Amino acid sequence: MKDFGFAIEKPRALDTDKTNRELYTRLLKREPSFARCFQCGMCSATCSARNFTDYNIRRIHTLFRQGQTQELDQMLKACMLCGKCTLVCPRGVNLRHLIIQMRKLLNND
Amino acid sequence: MIQKITLTPFNSFVIPFMAGVLFLLVVCIWKYIRWIRLFNEEQRAVLRKNWISWNIFPAIWEMLREGLLHIRIFKRNVVLGIMHQAYALGWFLLIVAGAMESMSAVRHLNSDNSPEFASELISQGNWIAYSKTDTPATDILQNNPENVKIHYKRPLHLAIFYRYFLHSNSPQFKNAKFYANLMDALLLYVFLGLTLAVIKIFRSRLMGMRNTTRHTIIDRFSKMSLWCIFPLRFLAESVTASLYGNGGFWTLSLAKLFDPVIVEGMEMSLWLFYSIMLTIFFVTMPFTRYMHIFTELFLIYFRKIGMTECNAKSGYSMFELNACSRCGICIDGCPLNRDVNGHKVQAVYLIRSIRMKERASVIRTMSTDCLMCGQCSIACPVQIDIASLRKIQRNKGAIDTRGNYSYLHGMRSPFNAMGRVAYFGGCMSHLTPGITTAMEQIFNAAGIKYWHMDHHATICCGRPLEQQGFFNQAAELREKNKRLLEESGAEMLVTSCPICYQSFTKEYKLDIPVMHHTVFIDKLISEGRLTVRHGQAKTAYHDPCELGRGMGIYNEPRRVLEAVSNPQTVKLERENSICCGFNLGNTVLGINDQTKIRNAAIENLTESGAETIATACPMCKKAFLHNTKQPVRDIAELVAENIILEN
Repeated sequence: MKDFGFAIEKPRALDTDKTNRELYTRLLKREPSFARCFQCGMCSATCSARNFTDYNIRRIHTLFRQGQTQELDQMLKACMLCGKCTLVCPRGVNLRHLIIQMRKLLNND
Repeated sequence: MIQKITLTPFNSFVIPFMAGVLFLLVVCIWKYIRWIRLFNEEQRAVLRKNWISWNIFPAIWEMLREGLLHIRIFKRNVVLGIMHQAYALGWFLLIVAGAMESMSAVRHLNSDNSPEFASELISQGNWIAYSKTDTPATDILQNNPENVKIHYKRPLHLAIFYRYFLHSNSPQFKNAKFYANLMDALLLYVFLGLTLAVIKIFRSRLMGMRNTTRHTIIDRFSKMSLWCIFPLRFLAESVTASLYGNGGFWTLSLAKLFDPVIVEGMEMSLWLFYSIMLTIFFVTMPFTRYMHIFTELFLIYFRKIGMTECNAKSGYSMFELNACSRCGICIDGCPLNRDVNGHKVQAVYLIRSIRMKERASVIRTMSTDCLMCGQCSIACPVQIDIASLRKIQRNKGAIDTRGNYSYLHGMRSPFNAMGRVAYFGGCMSHLTPGITTAMEQIFNAAGIKYWHMDHHATICCGRPLEQQGFFNQAAELREKNKRLLEESGAEMLVTSCPICYQSFTKEYKLDIPVMHHTVFIDKLISEGRLTVRHGQAKTAYHDPCELGRGMGIYNEPRRVLEAVSNPQTVKLERENSICCGFNLGNTVLGINDQTKIRNAAIENLTESGAETIATACPMCKKAFLHNTKQPVRDIAELVAENIILEN
């Protein structure tokens, strides 16, 4: 079949009652500034890796909050840790530490 | 027939001393052998190749200069230098002079060969005589004093307890009085250091230190024994002097205050205490900070023959860890101590925790919470490679797998880059695009063909990952950038970001020259390829950590700044400049603390009365921007504003 660059995603429904928020609460303990995030997306806009690929920190944040952590570790490995996101964040979220801690939590550390 | 007898000094109080020396020797040799066996392949190769080379002479010179004279501490602070020098040089000379004194005395006694004096020494009970024949030595001396050859032995403890063993009416050798006075003078010198050390405990500011190290109990215990050694020696010598009239100017003056009848009973116990204090010091030494005394010398030797720290804990790191004397000089300069409270993470504490094998979580927290600004490395009198030690610890806590950088495969260098100057702005310059625009203007004005490597998208240089201990991921990024540069055929690399500059210079091992843009502009101006007008703005230059302390570039940016503006003198500049607070080295520092450090740096710059703050780092610029009344400009921007175009 010809690839037009579009795809139809499988229909998904998120049952918020069954969301596993354990990792998220542990992450908040490790980096409390995450609670300040209001999802403006500045981090994703400035991201070096975002220039090349669909790596999107805001999306990763949302998935992490919702406990959909299956593919996150592989996604986070695309980060180059350059720190632009931390510098532009209007809420002073320490994103580099957040990313490192996310990977640690996902690797049971 | 001439009969030989041998005399050796002995008293029961030398037993602890000898045991202590033996213990110290065994433990030190055991430790050093173990660490040398821990060397990794690279370090072993260096040792095999260079263990005898011309570098031994500079190594010995540095051992004398830093191990004894402490020139680096002197340069930092004279009083502190005197204190450390008095301890090290004073004690060393005390041992050397003591050995020479006992050597001359024994040589004199041997040539003098006086049986009367020998019998007197034996009768006092401090010298033991023995002969090789069956006849006891004392009988030989009594029955046949004319035909006896007396041989005096000179064991190690004779030099240490010399005044006790040779005091009354000894046949005076030529320079006896000189040696006695010299020993007193040296003891006085050590006392000077001791006094300064006591002052430092109560009023450290008088010694030029705002903060001193908080030591552990065993360190304090060891220090107390060290402090007791010299007063006890002085007291013991004075009491002996009051009984027998020997000693130099200082001991004799104290001896005059003593009544010989009263102090006679104290003599032995004072010498015994002196011996015990020496023993305590020797026994605790390998387990406390005093291990630095010998380890520092080894470290200097290894460093001079070309050994460096590597990516994992090795034998060399053990030498580095143990060479730290916990002098605490690194504490004052640290921005996390000066401007922020509650961060006890300075090099001295980190090194101690690693050495004392504290809990992994404690060490991990300590090693991550650091700006890597390099203030401590500059201050360290032993020049320990603290950044590398930190990286090794960070690597232990990091999940150092391969990254997911497949998206970078598509990056190709353009065909027209051959022979051009490659310009790498760095990630951060994408946040401060004024710098890259200014650089493009400069390239055009100077008529240089350039290739802006990361105009649209940037591959990070890898240093941020490297600093956090993700060595594998960093290597992947480096490989990508290196291939890009090699494929392009560019003949030179200019970067705007000091972080990238350091990475490209130290870690990439490129075949082409790498320059920071300040160096490049300085070269253009001095070669006459770029003409600039002298602007009127008063500027204050902020030395970026990675450019100044990291790469040692201080003069080029200043020359450029002088050409285009009126630079003002800043209070803390060059090696002492304050980090902007947003250095990528620290991932755990929160925004509040970062702001405090930044404000301290801004205050330091604006105190000079400057109208414009000049930096040479996009990161520092971003940190300062919009937080000062003064405009913040990169040197490249200031130059671009003042270019005179020749048509």
